[in-house]
Amino acid sequence: MLNLEIIIFGALALITVVAAVMMIIARNAVHSALFLVVVMSSLAVFFLGLWAPFIAMVQVALYAGAIMVLFLFVIMLLGAERAGARLLLAWQAPLAIGLTVLVVLLGALLLLNTAPFEVVDLPAAEITEGTAEAIGQALYSVWLFPFEAVSILLLVAMIGAVVMTRQETRQEARDERKKKSL
Amino acid sequence: MSNTSFVALFPLFIGLSVVLFSLGVIGVLVRRNAIIIFMSVELMLNAANLAFIAFARSFNQIDGQVFVFFVMVVAAAEVAVGLALIVAIFRSKQSINVDDINQLKG
Repeated sequence: MLNLEIIIFGALALITVVAAVMMIIARNAVHSALFLVVVMSSLAVFFLGLWAPFIAMVQVALYAGAIMVLFLFVIMLLGAERAGARLLLAWQAPLAIGLTVLVVLLGALLLLNTAPFEVVDLPAAEITEGTAEAIGQALYSVWLFPFEAVSILLLVAMIGAVVMTRQETRQEARDERKKKSL
Repeated sequence: MSNTSFVALFPLFIGLSVVLFSLGVIGVLVRRNAIIIFMSVELMLNAANLAFIAFARSFNQIDGQVFVFFVMVVAAAEVAVGLALIVAIFRSKQSINVDDINQLKG
């Protein structure tokens, strides 16, 4: 049944790549954000096919849900839908695309010259499926220290976001205090 | 139908991951809107996640999926701080075009 899987993969890969290209070339930032949601949702389907159901659900809820809503919220808050269309250096875009394609082709050439990587197709019973239980087991045993470190990172990010947006109001409060003392 | 043969497409998954990553790089280099640059960075992180999951599946290890979990948490933290930065810059400059942000002093 490999053919069916190639068809599923091809269709989804086509949707993903087209949505990614549209995300880059869309003039309106809101359209870009919605195309990115399409990319993330189809990646979630890939994750399901690769036996990672928990990560697929987190992808939908966290990326396509929370993070993209945050993006759309900021775009609409700033009214920045059409900002930044013009390029200061016109030669920069073709150079960037050309260099990126060149690097990818060089990498592909390097890969094709190395020994092929053997992938073993295990029977279904022997595959470690990424359920919430399995990931939790790994997270609270082997990965316990990184898990705690990441919780501190989230706290720091939260404080950082609050400080970054509060700065202005603190300046205003200081100015007001100065006015009162005068 | 066997559920396992998606793994036979392993090189295609890595190829797709490479294509998505380079599209993200092109987006960062070509676009001047800070929010779109940010979204391209997210695209690169997602491409790396796809490679992680494909490798985790082909080596039959759970660690790759745990690492994707960490990447997602870091991405969430990065978006929170980054968007706060963009809002702060927009407040002082009235623009999020990265070509306009060319002074050390706000």
